[in-house]
Amino acid sequence: MTDSKYFTTTKKGEIFELKAELNSDKKEKKKEAVKKVIASMTVGKDVSALFPDVVNCMQTDNLELKKLVYLYLMNYAKSQPDMAIMAVNTFVKDCEDPNPLIRALAVRTMGCIRVDKITEYLCEPLRKCLKDEDPYVRKTAAVCVAKLHDINAQLVEDQGFLDTLKDLISDSNPMVVANAVAALSEIAESHPNSNLLDLNPQTINKLLTALNECTEWGQIFILDCLANYTPRDDRESQSICERVTPRLSHANSAVVLSAVKVLMKFMEMLPKDLDYYGTLLKKLAPPLVTLLSAEPELQYVALRNINLIVQKRPEILKHEMKVFFVKYNDPIYVKLEKLDIMIRLASQANIAQVLAELKEYATEVDVDFVRKAVRAIGRCAIKVEQSAERCVSTLLDLIQTKVNYVVQEAIVVIKDIFRKYPNKYESVIATLCENLDSLDEPEARAAMIWIVGEYAERIDNADELLESFLEGFHDESTQVQLQLLTAIVKLFLKKPTETQELVQQVLSLATQDSDNPDLRDRGYIYWRLLSTDPVAAKEVVLAEKPLISEETDLIEPTLLEELICHIGTLASVYHKPPSAFVEGSRGVQHRRIPPRAGSVESAESPEVGQSGPSEAPSAVIPSQGDLLGDLLNLDLAPPTTTVPSVQPSMQMGAMDLLGGGLDSLMGDESDTLGGDIGGSPSMGAGLGAAPTAMPAALGGVPPVGGGLGDLFDLGGGVGMPTGFYVVPKTLWLPAMKAKGLEISGTFARRGGIIQMDMSLTNKAMSVMTDFAIQFNRNSFGLAPAGPLQVLTPLSPNQTIDVSLPLSTTGPVMKMEPLNNLQVAVKNNIDVFYFSCQFPLSLLFVEDGKMERQVFLATWKDIPNDNEAQFQIKDIHLNSDAASNKLQGSNIFTIAKRTVEGQDMLYQSIKLTNSIWVLAEMRVQTGNPNYTLSIKCRAPEVCQFVYQCYEMVLKN
Amino acid sequence: MIGGLFIYNHKGEVLISRVYRDDIGRNAVDAFRVNVIHARQQVRSPVTNIARTSFFHVKRSNIWLAAVTKQNVNAAMVFEFLYKMCDVMTAYFGKISEENIKNNFVLIYELLDEILDFGYPQNSETGALKTFITQQGIKSQTKEEQSQITSQVTGQIGWRREGIKYRRNELFLDVLESVNLLMSPQGQVLSAHVSGRVVMKSYLSGMPECKFGMNDKIVIDKQGKGGTTDDTAKSELGGSGKQSIAIDDCTFHQCVRLSKFDSERSISFIPPDGEYELMRYRTTKDIILPFRVIPLVREVGRTKLEVKVVIKSNFKPSLLAQKIEVRIPTPLNTSGVQVICMKGKAKYKASENAIVWKIKRMAGMKESQISAEIELLPTNDKKKWARPPISMNFEVPFAPSGLKVRYLKVFEPKLNYSDHDVIKWVRYIGRSGIYETRC
Repeated sequence: MTDSKYFTTTKKGEIFELKAELNSDKKEKKKEAVKKVIASMTVGKDVSALFPDVVNCMQTDNLELKKLVYLYLMNYAKSQPDMAIMAVNTFVKDCEDPNPLIRALAVRTMGCIRVDKITEYLCEPLRKCLKDEDPYVRKTAAVCVAKLHDINAQLVEDQGFLDTLKDLISDSNPMVVANAVAALSEIAESHPNSNLLDLNPQTINKLLTALNECTEWGQIFILDCLANYTPRDDRESQSICERVTPRLSHANSAVVLSAVKVLMKFMEMLPKDLDYYGTLLKKLAPPLVTLLSAEPELQYVALRNINLIVQKRPEILKHEMKVFFVKYNDPIYVKLEKLDIMIRLASQANIAQVLAELKEYATEVDVDFVRKAVRAIGRCAIKVEQSAERCVSTLLDLIQTKVNYVVQEAIVVIKDIFRKYPNKYESVIATLCENLDSLDEPEARAAMIWIVGEYAERIDNADELLESFLEGFHDESTQVQLQLLTAIVKLFLKKPTETQELVQQVLSLATQDSDNPDLRDRGYIYWRLLSTDPVAAKEVVLAEKPLISEETDLIEPTLLEELICHIGTLASVYHKPPSAFVEGSRGVQHRRIPPRAGSVESAESPEVGQSGPSEAPSAVIPSQGDLLGDLLNLDLAPPTTTVPSVQPSMQMGAMDLLGGGLDSLMGDESDTLGGDIGGSPSMGAGLGAAPTAMPAALGGVPPVGGGLGDLFDLGGGVGMPTGFYVVPKTLWLPAMKAKGLEISGTFARRGGIIQMDMSLTNKAMSVMTDFAIQFNRNSFGLAPAGPLQVLTPLSPNQTIDVSLPLSTTGPVMKMEPLNNLQVAVKNNIDVFYFSCQFPLSLLFVEDGKMERQVFLATWKDIPNDNEAQFQIKDIHLNSDAASNKLQGSNIFTIAKRTVEGQDMLYQSIKLTNSIWVLAEMRVQTGNPNYTLSIKCRAPEVCQFVYQCYEMVLKN
Repeated sequence: MIGGLFIYNHKGEVLISRVYRDDIGRNAVDAFRVNVIHARQQVRSPVTNIARTSFFHVKRSNIWLAAVTKQNVNAAMVFEFLYKMCDVMTAYFGKISEENIKNNFVLIYELLDEILDFGYPQNSETGALKTFITQQGIKSQTKEEQSQITSQVTGQIGWRREGIKYRRNELFLDVLESVNLLMSPQGQVLSAHVSGRVVMKSYLSGMPECKFGMNDKIVIDKQGKGGTTDDTAKSELGGSGKQSIAIDDCTFHQCVRLSKFDSERSISFIPPDGEYELMRYRTTKDIILPFRVIPLVREVGRTKLEVKVVIKSNFKPSLLAQKIEVRIPTPLNTSGVQVICMKGKAKYKASENAIVWKIKRMAGMKESQISAEIELLPTNDKKKWARPPISMNFEVPFAPSGLKVRYLKVFEPKLNYSDHDVIKWVRYIGRSGIYETRC
C-alpha cells in the first residue's frame, strides 16, 4: 500500500541496484523495481540507462506491471530508438490479445511512441483495431489515428486511415463517433483547406444523434465540431439550434459553453423577426447565469466568455445585472471580471444599483480591485449621461477618504468626465486641488495638470499650482512634462499678463534642458507659435476638443466575431485570436460567423435594414459628415489601395462607413454635394423595365453543354459570354451630373466570374485621371474584386471600356429593390454617385444543378406560401429550346415530364450566397404563354428570378 | 488538447507528471513551479501563459493540479476535467493529499492513462472505472466480463452496469439547498438566490427507469390548463404555502434525458448505482429567507466601536434551525472586545478578526440579540476600516426555495418489483450559502 517509499530512495549506486532487481526472478521484486524506476522518472531523474532491463519486463501477464513498463517506454523510447524496437513484437502480439482492454492498451501506447521504426509496425495493428468488434478498441484506435498523424501525416494519408476514420462517424457506438470527430477535427486543423470533415446535412444529423448518447466529453468534441459547420440556410440552422438547446441544461459547464457557441454562431443566420429567434435569446440567459455558481476557475472562464457575449448581444443579459455583483469572498480574478461586465451592462435602468455597489467596492482591500471600481464609476458617468452627476458626487465622496490610490484614480476618471461633459462639473475643481500634494503617480499628476490648464481661468491660483509642479520638472515622467508644458501655455494664453515669466521658464526647460525629442519639439512649436502669431496660437492650443466616445474598451468587431466562434476555448479567455498564442499552423484558421444572407433578411424589420449584423455600435463612429470626406480621400485616392485587401477587417470597416455615408446622401438628396450626386435611385430602375428593347443575343441559339458552349461562343467571337445573356449597356451616369464624366454599363457573367462592363467617356474639357470605384453594401455582397483599371488618363472626348471583376464576398445589406447597387466613382475631379440594377442571373452559379431527390424533398419542404406564379407571354420556343437557352444562364433543368400535352420542366438555380431557387415551368405546345412557378426559402427573390427568365427567353 | 498533466505538492515538487503531447517538454514542469507556485504575488488568474504555453491550475488543499497545453483548447473542458480528476482520485483513495498521492502514484498513472488519451478526456465515471482499474491488480476476467466492461465504458449507459441486485430496493432523496443573500444595512435585499441540489442514493436492482417530479411552476401550470387532474388536487392538499416555484435554470446529471426535459419538461433517467447528484437548480423568486440580520455599528470616538446585531428567524415556529453561527468582523486594530449575548455563546477570535456567535438551536419566529463593545488601538492609518459584511451560517429542515418533491416513480419492467415495493426516503435541508448583511 505505501508506495510513497519509492520516492525516498536517494542512495548512490541506485541505478545499479535497480538493474539487479529488474533482472530478478521474483515477480514481486521486479514489479517493485519498476515502480521505483517510475517514481524516479516522475521526479525528473534520468533512468534511461535501464531501458533494456525495463523492456525485458514487458512480457508479462500482470497488467499493472505491463502498464508501468508502457509508461516507461512512452517516456524514453525517443531517446533510445534502436532499443525500442525490442518492444515491437510484444505490442503486435498484444494487439491480437483476446482481451479487448489489452488490445486497446497496446494500440494506445504504440501511438504514443514517436519512433519511426515503431510507427511502421503500427499500421497493420491499427488498421485491424479500427475495425475491431469491440467499441472500446475502436474508440482508442480512432484517437490513435490522430497520434499517428501528428508523427507522420503522410503515412496516415497513404494508408487510407483518414477514410476509415470518416467511416467511424457512422459507427453505432456514440463514444467511437465522438473520438472519431475529435481526431478528424484535429487533423483537419493542420490541413485548413482539405475539407476533411466534409460536414454535410447527413453527417450533421449523425453527429446530432450521437450527441444525445455519448459521454459529457464526447458531447464537447461534437459541439465544438458542429460550431465549424455553416448551415445552408436559416431553416437548417434553426433545426440544428433546436437540437442543441437541450445541452444547455447539462451539468458540465464545458458542454454548456460549447452549446452556447454553436447557438451564438448559428443565430446569426436566423431572421430576427422569427419567433424562434426571440425564444432562443431568452433561453441563453439562464444557463450563462448558472455558470456563475460553478467553481471559481470555471466562473473565470465563463465570465471572460460572457464579456464577449455581452458585447455581441447585450440584450441577452441586460436584466441580469445582479448576478454579477461581487461577493466578498470571490477570488480576485473573478471580482475583476465581474466588474468589467457590470460596466458593460450598466444602463439608465440599473445605474442606481450599480453605483451603490461600486461605491461599496471602492472601500475593499485589494488595491487593483479598488482602482478598477473607481475607474468604473467614471465609466458609468460617461456611459449613462443621466447618472453623471451622481457619479461625480460619488467620486468626490471617495476623494474625501484621502486614501492615496483612490484619490489618484478618481482624478484620472474625473478628467475623462470633463472631456465628455465640458463646462458642467467644474465646481469640483476646488476639491481636486486640495489633493494636489498626495498625487504621486504620473497618470494622476498629468490628469490634474490637464484640469488646471484647461480651466485655468476659473482657478485663481492656477499659476501657483502649476509653478509648484515646475520645480521638479526634470524628475517628472514624460507624460507629466508634456502635460505641464501644454497647461502652462494654455494658462499664458488665458492670462497673459501675470504668467509671462512662467511660460518663459517652462519653454526653456522643455527646449534647452530636456533631451526628450517629443518634449523639445512641442516646446519649439509653442514657442514659435507664441512669438509669431499669438492669435493663431490661441486657435491651436485652445481649440475645442472633440468629445470622447462612450465605450472605450470594446473589442474590435472582426476580432469579436472571431472570438465568438471560439467561445469556451483559450482564445476566449485571453481575448486574443488563436494565432496570437498558438505556434505553427495549428488552429490559426480565422473563423467567421456565417453572414446572414441578404435576401433572407426580412424586409419587415426596419432595424435590420439599417444596421448590418456585425456593425459596430454607432457610438464608436464619429459624426458622419467629415468622416465621409476623409474616407473617400483615403480609400479611393490611389487606385492601388482598392486592391482586395489582405486584411478583410480593414476593408469591411471602410465599406461600412462609406456605406453609411452613401445612404445618407442618397436618402435625403444631400445639400452638401448637391448637383454632384450621380444617378438618382430611379435611374437604374429603367433597366428592369425595358428588357424587351435588347437586341437578340448570340445566346439565342443556346449551347448544349458548358464546354461546348465555350467553343461555340468563342466561334461567335463577338465577345459574348458563355450563353449568358448580356443586357446592352445603359446610361448610368450622365455627363451633366458628373462634371463631364459619363458612364454607361452593364453586367455579365463570364466563366463563373461576374463582371461589370463600363464605358467611361470624358465629355469635359480636361483630362481625367485617378479613377477608383467603391460599392455601397448591397443585398448580395457584390464588391469590386480588383481596382478599376483605367491606366492611361482619359483625355477629352475619349471613351474607354473597362471590365471590373466583382466578388460576392463584400458586406451585405438588404437593398430596395433587391438588385439595386449603389456605386461611387472617383476621379481627380470629384466623387460621383449613381445606382444601377443588375439582373439576378448574374448571381446564378455554375453548380446550380440539384439532385432530383434533393429537389423533390426541398420542393416539398418549402412552404406553399413561398410559391410565386408568373406568366411569361409570347415565347415561341419549344420546351427543349427554352431549357437549353436557360441553361446558358445557369438555370438548370433537372427533370421534364409530359402530362396531357403539357411539358413540365423542373429547374433549379443556386445563387452565390447559396440560396436555392426551384422552379416549375409549364409549356403547352402551341401556346406562346408559359406558366412559371417559383419556390424559394427567400420569397423576395422570386420576382427577380422571373425577370431573368423573361429576359433570357425573350432574347 | 491537453498536452500534459502535473501534480505538485505545496513546495512545487512534482508528484505526478504525465505528458501526452510532443510539444510539452520537461521544462514546462519547472516553468509552472517558478512562475506560479513560487510566485511572490498571489495568483491573479487560474490560466497562465508562459512562453506560449498555457497552464490551467486548480488547488486542492496543498496540492496543485496543472494541465498544460500549447493549443487553443476548450478551457472550460480542461477545468471540468481537472475537477473530475479530483473526484475520481477522491473516490479511489479519499482525500487528496501529498501522502495519498505518493501512496497511489501507480494507480494515478493508470487512471491518467485511461481517462485521458492524447489529451482527450475519455469516460471518467468512477462507477465504470472501478470495474477494471483496481488496486488489487487485474483479476483474470472471463470473456463475458471483459465485453461487459468495455460495453459499459463506451456505452450509452456508461454510469451503470447490468445485473445489479438488492434484496431491499431503496431510494434516498435529499433536497439540499444553499440560500445566498446580500442585504444592505437598511435591510434591502440586494441579491438573493437559492442554489439547490437533488442528491440521490439509489439501491435498486436491474436497470430501473425513474421519473422525478417536483412542483415546477411550468409543469404545474401546464397541468392546470389541462383541466382538473388528480395531481393538482393532490398538490393543493399536500403542499402548504407556495404551490409551485419558478426555477430559473437547472442542470442535470448525464443520466437524465435532456431532450425529453427540453420537450416535455419531464425528468426521466436510469440512475447510477449508489450516490450521485441528479440535478442542480437555481431560483431567485419568492425565496424564504430563514434569518434576517439587523446590524447596528456605531463609532464612538476613534478608539471604540459599539456593535449590536439582532437576528430574527423567519419560518414556522414548529421548525428548528441548527448550527447557527454569526460572524461579526472586527477592525484589524482591535485591542479588546466585550460581548453580551442573550442566547448561545459568543467569542472574539483575534486570529480571524471577528466575533463568532454560535447558537445550537433556534425555533422559528424568534429573535435574539448580541451587543459588543470593541476597543481599538489608535492608528495613523488614514484608510478607513473596510467594514466587511456580517456573515451567517445555519441549517434549516426545509427548502428555502419552496421546492417540493411530488413524486419519484421507479419502473423496472424486467424484474418483478414495482414502484410500491421501493422504499423511498425524502429529506429537505436548507443551508446558508453566502449569507451576508452589510453593516
